[in-house]
Amino acid sequence: MIVRIMGEGQFRIDDSDRDNLNELDNAAVAASEGGDETAFLTTFAALLDHVREVGTRMADDELEGSDVLFPPADTTFAEAKHEFTGEGLIPDEDQGD
Amino acid sequence: MAGMSGRFSTVVKAKINKLLDKAEDPGETLDYSYQAQLQNLQNVKKGIADVVTAKKRLQMQAEKLEQSVVKLDTQARQALGAGKEDLARMALERKTVAQTELQTLDSQIVELEDQQTKLTESEQRLRTKVEAFRTKKEVIKAQYNAAEAQVRISEAATGVGEEMADVGLAMQRAVDKTEQMRARAGAVEELEAAGTFDDITQLGSGEDDIDRQLRELGASGQVDDELAKMKAELGTGGAPQGELGEGKAGA
Repeated sequence: MIVRIMGEGQFRIDDSDRDNLNELDNAAVAASEGGDETAFLTTFAALLDHVREVGTRMADDELEGSDVLFPPADTTFAEAKHEFTGEGLIPDEDQGD
Repeated sequence: MAGMSGRFSTVVKAKINKLLDKAEDPGETLDYSYQAQLQNLQNVKKGIADVVTAKKRLQMQAEKLEQSVVKLDTQARQALGAGKEDLARMALERKTVAQTELQTLDSQIVELEDQQTKLTESEQRLRTKVEAFRTKKEVIKAQYNAAEAQVRISEAATGVGEEMADVGLAMQRAVDKTEQMRARAGAVEELEAAGTFDDITQLGSGEDDIDRQLRELGASGQVDDELAKMKAELGTGGAPQGELGEGKAGA
């Protein structure tokens, strides 16, 4: 699968890594929704580090869309809360309550 | 994928689709897409230029403040040498404010530098993709019938469209930062306009509003320390340091 980190570019990652990514991604969201800034910064950095580590950087002239897009590395806690996990932009998929 | 990337991906992809969903004829899509890409590159260049302008403005202000710091320090020494401790304290208070502003400006200049680098790199990536798209567009036009072309075009355009969305976000962040810096630069200019960093020899004998405000800012701890240090230096140095202002004093 292809993963883009905004502001950095695209990485090709083996599909078998999907679960790892999902876990790291969920940890970042949990930290953000739990209002824990330090935890968010740590987990989000770990998530992106993982992408850089296991991924192979794609050449700039490759013209493929990504499967997953991550916000830029300098995303602040406030931005993460507001833009990416807040109730704003996109409705939750299927969170029953 | 759920969570952050899931929602974020959905938002960005929706934007890209909007960006690409323009023409039904493949040939038209190709040319429209390419024009839009070139336009996008132009915008990024303009964005970089804006960041550079904002940075230069801050750099000029920082230079001025550096001069004020030196000048006020000299004047504090001269005032102390001439036995005018009140005047020395006033100069040091102003110097403290100038130094604090200077530190803020310096860190903001670094931040803008960072934005400039990021945008320049983004522009480079987009330029490479646009160029690859241009080549691919000619191949698609030459080799495929309309139905096949449509599929291949939308694949290629998605790759570029995503890069454009990426650069768009980088631009937005740079613009936000630049706006904050403008506000900051404006605030420093107001302090300047109020005479905060002026030559203290240009002031009348009485204490003015600025000095009362500076005192209230609570810079006094640092000022006391510096004053004591200066006194000690001058004390060991012996003779007074000549007249205040060294001929620069206004009439």
